[in-house]
Amino acid sequence: MAFQLLVNILIAIIWQFLQNSFTLSSFITGFLMGIIILVILRRALTFNLYLVKVWAAIKLLLIFLTELIKANIDVIKIVLSPKMTHQPGIIALETELKTDVEVTLLASLISLTPGTVSMDFSKDNRTIYIHTLDCENKEKVLAGIHNNFERAIMEVTE
Amino acid sequence: MSVIEVITSIFVITGALLIFVSSIGVLRLRDVYSRMHSAGKTSTLGVMFLMLGVLIYFIPEGFNAKILLAILFVFMTAPLSALMVNRSAYRSDVPLEKNSIRDELKEDIENEKV
Repeated sequence: MAFQLLVNILIAIIWQFLQNSFTLSSFITGFLMGIIILVILRRALTFNLYLVKVWAAIKLLLIFLTELIKANIDVIKIVLSPKMTHQPGIIALETELKTDVEVTLLASLISLTPGTVSMDFSKDNRTIYIHTLDCENKEKVLAGIHNNFERAIMEVTE
Repeated sequence: MSVIEVITSIFVITGALLIFVSSIGVLRLRDVYSRMHSAGKTSTLGVMFLMLGVLIYFIPEGFNAKILLAILFVFMTAPLSALMVNRSAYRSDVPLEKNSIRDELKEDIENEKV
């Protein structure tokens, strides 16, 4: 991934020399040219195109933003309801993610989404303890995190 | 009023309302852990809306990437501080509110997994 980015920046700089103009806009044009060249040559490359990962990261960001807005609507509903009938609780989430960076990312995403805040980690860093505002349906909360975030994070980091 | 002013006011008013609701939540919810939900999340989105409003208002004078950095840093630090407050509260035996129906962390602390 880092290597391909370097190749892309190199193409952009060569483009600047060819145009003999060293401005931001000529760099961006050159960068776009580099992307096009890499896309055309992708069959000849021995590695995967890094843009796939960039696209996965953008998808993760979009999932995150929609979840953030849903989270806020949920919290606002609970806060402004006249009778507080929600049933909070702490649940354990066993994650399939491998590296520490991924687990950290997952924990922060959990903290910013519907009714859940991460609280603590187990000793082997593979279980996240989550405080939920409404945990009547524990399986639903866990399945939501597994399907949305874990999958999206895996696509970015694998 | 120009178009930019209208869009800016929508963003700023939404942000201010979100922060207001977040402070009501801090007052109304009944234990530390639930309060961190309100303090951590709703105010993050509120700050995001305020910053986007500022960004749009100053667009005629040039795009200011520093404001996007401010949003990024709030997003990086807010979950972390919520986690640390919750963790230290739990470790110093602050009780859960009486409605709580589940506590899997307690079992694991007793089994010395945490």
